Amino acid sequence: MRGATILKASDDKTRQLNKHTLYIQANAQLYSMRNETDLSPTALAHYVRGQLATSLRSRKPYNVNLLLGGVDPITHKPSLFWLDYLAALAPVPYAAHGYAQYYCLSILDKHHHPDMTLVQGIKVLEMCTDELKRRLPIDFKGMIVKAVTKDGIRDIEFNDDKVVKCP
Amino acid sequence: MVGKDCVAIACDLRLGLQALTVSNNFPKVFQYGDNVFLGLTGLATDVSTVSDLFRYKVNMYRLREERAIAPSTFANLVSSSLYERRFGPYFVSPVVAGLDPKTGAPFICGFDSIGCIDFAKDFIVSGTASEQLFGMCESLWEPNLGPEDLFETISQALLSAVDRDALSGWGAHVYVIEKNKVTKRLLKGRQD
Repeated sequence: MRGATILKASDDKTRQLNKHTLYIQANAQLYSMRNETDLSPTALAHYVRGQLATSLRSRKPYNVNLLLGGVDPITHKPSLFWLDYLAALAPVPYAAHGYAQYYCLSILDKHHHPDMTLVQGIKVLEMCTDELKRRLPIDFKGMIVKAVTKDGIRDIEFNDDKVVKCP
Repeated sequence: MVGKDCVAIACDLRLGLQALTVSNNFPKVFQYGDNVFLGLTGLATDVSTVSDLFRYKVNMYRLREERAIAPSTFANLVSSSLYERRFGPYFVSPVVAGLDPKTGAPFICGFDSIGCIDFAKDFIVSGTASEQLFGMCESLWEPNLGPEDLFETISQALLSAVDRDALSGWGAHVYVIEKNKVTKRLLKGRQD
């Protein structure tokens, strides 16, 4: 989106940090090559926070909010980090950014369980997107859903054609 | 908060954007060495940045001097580090608590965001609930509390204060520092 004009309706905003390129991706990749192992999500989150915190007090700070999800390459423990443009980092069980926080967090508060399966998780995610469709005054262009597992990242089929009407 | 041959330091666990709570697992008290503690309130990004900065500085001090840093030395380090940023400060109000490694005397002090030290012999408060904390500490604290009584006093003061502040709470960490012993306790607190 650029002002009131939609430039692209299906832009994938997720990036796999131990593949691809660009600055942080490149540095994560460099670490993996040097040490012949991938960074843990915690280490990577703190690295990204460091970069963002340095940039915050520079002449032209980065203006991005991110959610970092990952599975530890050694312990196979999954983790999620919430990081905003001010470089405030928090480990969280579930998270959202922007206006979506107001709608999604309360749903997740009620329905999230620490030992949920992927299928149950997708169901809760669907409840979240339904709520966004219902309450947010935007033209909803659909979602990209990916699962990060210990074996890698895979795309998830996600039905976002369902029309939800506000009561 | 100072007791008899012991000190206690405590913080809540909330991280929020104005009225929206993002996380209830964001500790604000950090340990540097055996008996030096730093509490940080204010802008979350600066809480992390400043705590990381002092971890680096204290580790460098320990390597250079081959001994642990004393709380009063650490307090002066905090003060000068914050004043270095006089015209573009870190938005934090730190609190230092610890026991002197030689004498075992309790030491506490607080700072403003540009490093002016506020020494005290009873208690130091900081953060959004500081007014409530002042009231609670003023009425509950008494001189020469033992470690167990000090824990009870600081916990009740903190929990009661944060329950009156919409921007604080969601659990707490309490450290009681004695000679050769540090006890960390997690208080669940109100989660609403």
